[in-house]
Amino acid sequence: MVAPLIEIKDISFEYEQTKALENISMSVQEGDFLAILGPNGSGKSTLLKIMLGLIKPTKGSIKLFGVDSKQFKNREWVGYVSQKSNSFNSGFPATVEEVVAGGLAKKSGLFRRLPKSAREDVKEALEAVGMEAFIDRSVSELSGGQQQRVFIARALVAKPKVLILDEPTVGIDHQNVQSFYNMLASLNRDKKITLVLVTHDVDTVTDRITHVACLNQTIHFHGFKEQLHTMSDEQREAWYGHSVRKIHHVGGSHSHA
Amino acid sequence: MLEAIFSYEFLQNAFGAGLIIGVIAPLLGVFIVVRRLSLIADALSHVTLAGIAGSLYLSQSAAVFASLNPLFLGIFASVGGSVLIERLRSLYKHYEELAIPIILSAGIGFGAIFISLAQGFSNDLFGYLFGSVSAVSREDFLIVAGIAIVVLLFIRLFFKELFVLSFDDEYAKASGLPAKWVHFLFMIVTALVIAGSMRIVGILLVSSLMTIPVATAMRVSKSFKQTIFLSILFGELSVITGLFTAFYFNLAPGGTIVVTSIFLLLVVIGYKKAAVSRKKGAIA
Repeated sequence: MVAPLIEIKDISFEYEQTKALENISMSVQEGDFLAILGPNGSGKSTLLKIMLGLIKPTKGSIKLFGVDSKQFKNREWVGYVSQKSNSFNSGFPATVEEVVAGGLAKKSGLFRRLPKSAREDVKEALEAVGMEAFIDRSVSELSGGQQQRVFIARALVAKPKVLILDEPTVGIDHQNVQSFYNMLASLNRDKKITLVLVTHDVDTVTDRITHVACLNQTIHFHGFKEQLHTMSDEQREAWYGHSVRKIHHVGGSHSHA
Repeated sequence: MLEAIFSYEFLQNAFGAGLIIGVIAPLLGVFIVVRRLSLIADALSHVTLAGIAGSLYLSQSAAVFASLNPLFLGIFASVGGSVLIERLRSLYKHYEELAIPIILSAGIGFGAIFISLAQGFSNDLFGYLFGSVSAVSREDFLIVAGIAIVVLLFIRLFFKELFVLSFDDEYAKASGLPAKWVHFLFMIVTALVIAGSMRIVGILLVSSLMTIPVATAMRVSKSFKQTIFLSILFGELSVITGLFTAFYFNLAPGGTIVVTSIFLLLVVIGYKKAAVSRKKGAIA
């Protein structure tokens, strides 16, 4: 049997003696498009950061591609797109090409320059997100949605097998959110990239994803999105509080907060 | 003056060191500015002052240290200061900026004590504070050249890592780059450049040569590499013009170099504003 791309076992995390995550176990298989859903402060971003090795869990273990994350060397297999507003210096004097080429830094190896083929790789990654026409533009001149596509291209340029995205649509207007998720779905479907996504856009994302994880310090549901309706009202309440209700649509069931 | 440069060793030293600093200070300065670490350069320059003043005091009070080049203790203090800043930044995770005033004050504090303990090096000290054309020795020049080799090698080896770290440090860590080590080495190299530059620009003005040419370049550059190129260009223009002016009018080169760089900044800001107005006029 093929090892899951990400396997989390019994993870807990405390931040300044406050429990953020408790006994989380879940796995992400090749080809999944997983959305991690949950209210504010439910530990979604913390879970992603643990997957990425940015923070260490208080207990538990993580395997990436079947290898313990501490020993895992092929970091370029795991692409990451952070919340734009959190980490990006918006006035940075760089072109789109320079930013996307930054995604090749790890793959190229320490002490080495970027390969001559870097520009072709950058073009290909930009094409995948529909931004090839912007290759020579300054990244600070782009709109929020365009910048986020550039950051996805940066993650794609190293040809990752799994892409982890932390609320990538923050600051993007509603119309662009739709086309953004369409683009993610096509990456999953056509480029066979496994996607793990933290988001609040429950309505918009539901049609595109294959799996859902409902998180609020602990996992309340994890499985195919079609099985989401099997959650009991008590489970829903425990997951999202009493404001959550189930709305039945033709062809499926969706949760609304 | 060109004839004089070829005739007098002290002018060769000053111009040689100046030309090197005109490259390495803005080159490293680009990364300092985009990483919003400009004030750290100020803190380190004041720590260097403590090292220089301490060395001048030691050379007066102990015969063993009489021939010690103050630059060595200056470099030692600057590198030590950069390590301490990093320690303090990790100690005060939620108030990282606190490290800067603490180290800056410590630098001035120790500097003031050594200056008041020692007697009669006010001329030397003036040169260290505001730079000097005549005081750059062959040994100083060689130290600056050595520092330049370290800086250029560092940038050559870690350019892509530094770029990613500067643009988005969380992404750098997540993609498995040795962000912590690159940052630590960056701080050490910054400390070296500050200590090396102060013979020409002076302790109090050294951070300006790392930031003002970059600020000027950022007004007109379209890419990161262009920002580096233009920063070095504006840095060299400032150093060359500043050194010539200082030599002819017997002024402190730190002052003339910084005033030239400010002048260039104002010219570029004015040019940019005029270009924007013209563009708006054309559209209307």
